[in-house]
Amino acid sequence: MKKTLALALVLCIVLAFAAPAFADAEPTEIEYWTFQALHVDFYKTMAEKWNELNPDRPITIKETVLDYEDMHSKLGIALQSGEGAPDLVDIEINKFANFLQGDIQLLPLNEELAPELDNIVKARVEIYSKDDNYYGICFHIGAAVIFYNAKMCEEAGIDYQNIKTWDDYYEAGKKFKEAFPDKYWASVETGDVWHVWPLIVQAGGDFTTADGEPNLDSPEVAKALEYNRKMLDEGIACVAPGGGHHQEEFYGYMNDGNICSIVMPMWYLDRFTNYMPDLKGQMAVWTLPVWDENSPKSVGQGGTGTAVTNQADDPQLTKDFLVYAKTSRDGAIVAWNDLGFDPIRVEALDLPEVKDAENVFTEYYVTRPIDVLMMVKDDIAGHNNNSVMPATLDTAKANVFTRAYTEENVNIPEMLAEEQANILY
Amino acid sequence: MKKAPDGIYIEDSGSGRRLKSFAYNARIAPYVFVAPFIIVFLIFYVYPIISGFVMSFQNVVPGQTKFVGWKNYKILTNREFKKAIRNSVVYTIATLATLLPIPMFLAVLLNSKKMVAKGFFRSIFFLPALVSVVVGGFTFRLIFGELPTSLLNSVTAKFGAEPIKWLGGPKQWTTYLALLVLAIWRWLGVNIIYYLSGLQNIPDELYESADIDGATGWQKFTRITMPLLKPTTIYVLTISIYGGLAMFLESYMLFNGNNSPNNSGLTIVGFLYKVGWQQNKYGYASAVGVCLLLVTLIINLIQLKATGFFEKE
Repeated sequence: MKKTLALALVLCIVLAFAAPAFADAEPTEIEYWTFQALHVDFYKTMAEKWNELNPDRPITIKETVLDYEDMHSKLGIALQSGEGAPDLVDIEINKFANFLQGDIQLLPLNEELAPELDNIVKARVEIYSKDDNYYGICFHIGAAVIFYNAKMCEEAGIDYQNIKTWDDYYEAGKKFKEAFPDKYWASVETGDVWHVWPLIVQAGGDFTTADGEPNLDSPEVAKALEYNRKMLDEGIACVAPGGGHHQEEFYGYMNDGNICSIVMPMWYLDRFTNYMPDLKGQMAVWTLPVWDENSPKSVGQGGTGTAVTNQADDPQLTKDFLVYAKTSRDGAIVAWNDLGFDPIRVEALDLPEVKDAENVFTEYYVTRPIDVLMMVKDDIAGHNNNSVMPATLDTAKANVFTRAYTEENVNIPEMLAEEQANILY
Repeated sequence: MKKAPDGIYIEDSGSGRRLKSFAYNARIAPYVFVAPFIIVFLIFYVYPIISGFVMSFQNVVPGQTKFVGWKNYKILTNREFKKAIRNSVVYTIATLATLLPIPMFLAVLLNSKKMVAKGFFRSIFFLPALVSVVVGGFTFRLIFGELPTSLLNSVTAKFGAEPIKWLGGPKQWTTYLALLVLAIWRWLGVNIIYYLSGLQNIPDELYESADIDGATGWQKFTRITMPLLKPTTIYVLTISIYGGLAMFLESYMLFNGNNSPNNSGLTIVGFLYKVGWQQNKYGYASAVGVCLLLVTLIINLIQLKATGFFEKE
């Protein structure tokens, strides 16, 4: 009896040790940092798909979600000190230039991207490149659009689909104000750039020049700010409560139907569905007005470049996975349907899984976001990205917009020259 | 086994003997005891200060750091930096003007024999110190919200006032007020504790003899309590000056970030954080740090000298 028992035990132990040898390869853990919790689900979904396709190179994602500033500064320290950085990391476009200085601590993705380069909107990897090396891949195109409250437009007798130019938009605002004297047609941000950046790029300008100098004192910046100031002075527009379109105060104010339209990039789709549920069935996504026939129809704005650090445990695997997640057909479908991101893969808009998909966004909005994207997709301008951008945008967010929109009797071009001289670079 | 003089048994081996002679060496022992502090001080204070000083003359870029002379010190003429200094100095003066006399007065009340429910009030005053600045700052941000429905505006509306944009509004004083209220809310209890412990050291006999001499309550406060609280006051003053000039998190939380409208809430450390972490210019940030260190050091030295801290008792 004792012998049999002992034998059984030995057998058990042998089997227990032998078992893993028959199972699949041990998954590699990829440590991933982000400042946007919504991105985690994207990578987890993509990791599952990757594991199905590559059973011999399975992975798991170990995520860490941190505050925006916090994550970027921790990453900076980890990369500078050569220790503690993750394998895979989300770097927001305003910060990306900070990580492209000196000996770059991110790994170039050129080889892995090469076969897909013709299938994606190249500009969305070029904004994360330096000296012909690509260091990050974007989530989306970030096409700027305009969100109208279609119900209020109708009540005020405005056909938003007929607003073609910024002049039309201003005239519609005056009409709106007559119908709703205590509400606002538009809203501007004092602490953020999204509301005005497309207007500047459409006018042919930018916050920084192509060769990396601050460009605040340019006539295009002044033109856009003066346009907004005119609407503010006439009570057509208001300053967003809390100073921006990402503030709790603003979400509440907008959700209560106090503002009719805002200019934001496409990735703002999910802010409405998540934070302004009462506007369901009222909001429409539509194309931006233009200054004139030379203006691009839209501007690719913002973005998050996911990058692989030089501290990655398995750099090749991490790079392969990243390229698969961001540029593949599967990735495009998940990005659109789960996150509402306009995918960087060119053919994505023609895929039935994207074009005909019914998701939370098609339910929420009265227009189909994909149709709007189709209208502008061949005419989306980009903006410059360089090492003076973080400092220039900080000055814009702290001083420029506040002064342009709230200071009494401000001379905008003079103010811009003054602020430009103040940028440390 | 041998019995050591104080009754502890020590292994009588070769190494044990060496250890014993080391442990009982009156010359070495003090250094061993202070070593933890010295080591921590050298690694976490002296080294960063020296390294920060060196970095303030460099352009710090991964792998390609080089010396650039005095270039980083051009921040001294930067308008944002000047605004940050002004904000920090005003904040420091305002906190000194409130957070020294009020806690002293309240501590005397709490220490008085006539006071009822002392324990209750002590806990109430101290409670905010236990709340994280992040939570407190966020709550105050909502209280000082600009919409008519935010707490403070809805209260002032009861008295017929128009809603005000408190944080970063057109009037600078509203921002200072919000920062000051947050500071008082948070530090009042802590300073009361300092003063209460100071009050414990004042012998009762002094008050008794004053009573016999017919002194009034006010006279006792100004002639006995205040002078004998001087060491406590010097201590609170010193840490308040440093705390005021180094304030950052409160402003960061109130404005939900470091870019307050017109930099109305920007402090010196906020500016350091901005150029260093937000804009990746560690050289400039180190120069800001060196300036802050020098300013704080000079102010504190003057203040300690003026209050007679360096004189022998």
